[in-house]
Amino acid sequence: MTIVAKFEIPYLRFLDAEGQITQSLPDFAQDPQNLIAFYRTMSLTRSFDTKAINLQRTGKLGTYPSSLGQEAISTAIGAAMQPNDIFCPAYREYAAQLQRGVTMAEILAYWGGDERGNNFAANREDLPIYVPLATQCLHAAGIASAFKLRNQSRVAVVVCGDGATSRGDFYEALNLAGVWQLPIVFLINNNQWAISVPRTAQTSAVTLAQKAIAGGITGEQVDGNDIIAIKHALDQAITKAREGSGPSLIEAVTYRLCDHTTADDAKRYCDQEMLKQAWQEEPIKRLRNYLNAIGYWDDEQEAKLQAECSQQIEQAVIEYMNLPPAALTDMFDYLYASLPAIYLEQRRELEAKK
Amino acid sequence: MTEITLVEAINQALTYEMQADQNVVLLGEDIGKNGGVFRSTVGLLEQFGPKRVLDTPLAESMIAGISVGMAMQGLKPVAEFQFMGFIYAGLEHIISHASRIRNRTRGRLTCPVVFRTPYGAGIHAPEHHSESTEALFAHIPGLRVVIPSSPAKAYGLLLAAIRDPDPVVFLEPTRIYRMVKQAVPNNGLALPLDKCFKLREGDDITLVTWGSMVYETLQAAAQLAEQNVQAEIIDVATIKPLDIQTIIESVEKTGRCVIIHEAARTCGVGAEIAAQLAEQCLLCLMAPIKRVTGYDTIVPYAKMEKHYLPTAEKIIQAVQEILAYEG
Repeated sequence: MTIVAKFEIPYLRFLDAEGQITQSLPDFAQDPQNLIAFYRTMSLTRSFDTKAINLQRTGKLGTYPSSLGQEAISTAIGAAMQPNDIFCPAYREYAAQLQRGVTMAEILAYWGGDERGNNFAANREDLPIYVPLATQCLHAAGIASAFKLRNQSRVAVVVCGDGATSRGDFYEALNLAGVWQLPIVFLINNNQWAISVPRTAQTSAVTLAQKAIAGGITGEQVDGNDIIAIKHALDQAITKAREGSGPSLIEAVTYRLCDHTTADDAKRYCDQEMLKQAWQEEPIKRLRNYLNAIGYWDDEQEAKLQAECSQQIEQAVIEYMNLPPAALTDMFDYLYASLPAIYLEQRRELEAKK
Repeated sequence: MTEITLVEAINQALTYEMQADQNVVLLGEDIGKNGGVFRSTVGLLEQFGPKRVLDTPLAESMIAGISVGMAMQGLKPVAEFQFMGFIYAGLEHIISHASRIRNRTRGRLTCPVVFRTPYGAGIHAPEHHSESTEALFAHIPGLRVVIPSSPAKAYGLLLAAIRDPDPVVFLEPTRIYRMVKQAVPNNGLALPLDKCFKLREGDDITLVTWGSMVYETLQAAAQLAEQNVQAEIIDVATIKPLDIQTIIESVEKTGRCVIIHEAARTCGVGAEIAAQLAEQCLLCLMAPIKRVTGYDTIVPYAKMEKHYLPTAEKIIQAVQEILAYEG
């Protein structure tokens, strides 16, 4: 027998669950100020999630999916991308969106049931939140194709969950990215759950990263609770894509510490022991432990940060709550560039409704 | 001037618009070197190069999906699906994204894409190659669905579809790809979308149709004329949004209407036209509206397809029944 091809999936981690360094740090992580900036973004995101859930529970927001436990992933994305790259999110990447200029009020408007939440004021080209799973992978591939056709030095970064990797669109996007050598980075937020279906029931593949291999592209796994590892892997993949050296897939292994959405109750299917164990691994605590250990963070700074986060979020909530209602006729006015005459009567009927 | 077929008119329109607009790119299976399975893109790879004529891997959801992504970046992709029976894998992108990206981002992102596909029966093709499911798309808000019925219409409507800032599903009747020839000046003039075309004037009855059925309808009208029945023929052309006003004006004049399409009858576009006529001009009708359509069956394989498709005889029979109607 002859072996015609052989593959390996590397695993990357710098910071373990206790916040101990496991290998020498990449350059960016040797500057504690960078790590502090990550820490602040992750903390802000967690507070925002908590507030959003409260708003939902008190009837001020619709169904909301939290990113609890997965903050390192989207914080790393936001930090690794250039402003003129394009981010193609799923729906748990608030930290990345916030860093890219999407406002909390916009995110709340979206989950509050207002399309205007997708009309980002400061970020006109990123995709909005995507609900149909894995479809964004193909849109990102199309965007990356446009970059390539125009010889632009830009990169598309797309996120999907572990469940989405079972969908055809995910494979089709990987395959195309490989064969066309597109400037794109795929990042899987493997939070172990697709609503109630565990990662092990999703595929018998040992890793999700290895799905890249069939598409002829690089796949690697990183500790999704270690922001240094995710950021480092992203830096390399984004640079590679920008240089025209092709796409990459990164599987970030983390854990969904929250329900799927506010409409879900994970206690119905999630082993509570497992959840307890997962809390030991979560990303914010380990970075705080590390920053504490090297003398760059203390309780006083923590209290100040929490107060700042609360204030910023309260401000956003006020903005969200004060958003004047949209015109009912908006449902017609953005349907086509100009509304075909045949729909004018329906529009008038709606307009008459006061 | 040389006369060209419908498929050559498609090629002529694509060539014209690719020269006029650098943002127009073509993508699909076998469209490059092979020039498309129906040869509608012949010569374009040679003329415009591999950056604008993209042979894709074989995955229709991917073709639809990357078209949406490209369009959101300001390109104007014209995506070819080899047969309508294979476009279904791309429906999620057409229905859940292309049709609504403008709406869901309140105009921030748009999707100027054309999804082209040959459609319809009558070419003795294998199964899944004879679909006529235009009503699926006509039901979707935010889309346009356009069906040319001649080389000149194909040229003018395809130019309009590519220039339109919103997604257009462009269905090319396979049976008439090479059936008729016309002189089509390559002048870059688009025909209006959202407009029906009157192909024949008449006072006795209105025949509403589109796509390849236009020819059975023209044939029927010619034979009816010999019996002193003057039929008015309306080629709907854009079935979404539907220019019902043109149809109403004709039916108000004739008082009678037959709708002809090859798609299955139930929930076909004919049902929508009949409903709107009933809502808006019932009292001008001197007889019930009739539909001459494909049966509510799966399109049969080649051996039986001619028994499925409406014929001029069936149209004439429907017209005569309506004319004989006495309330």
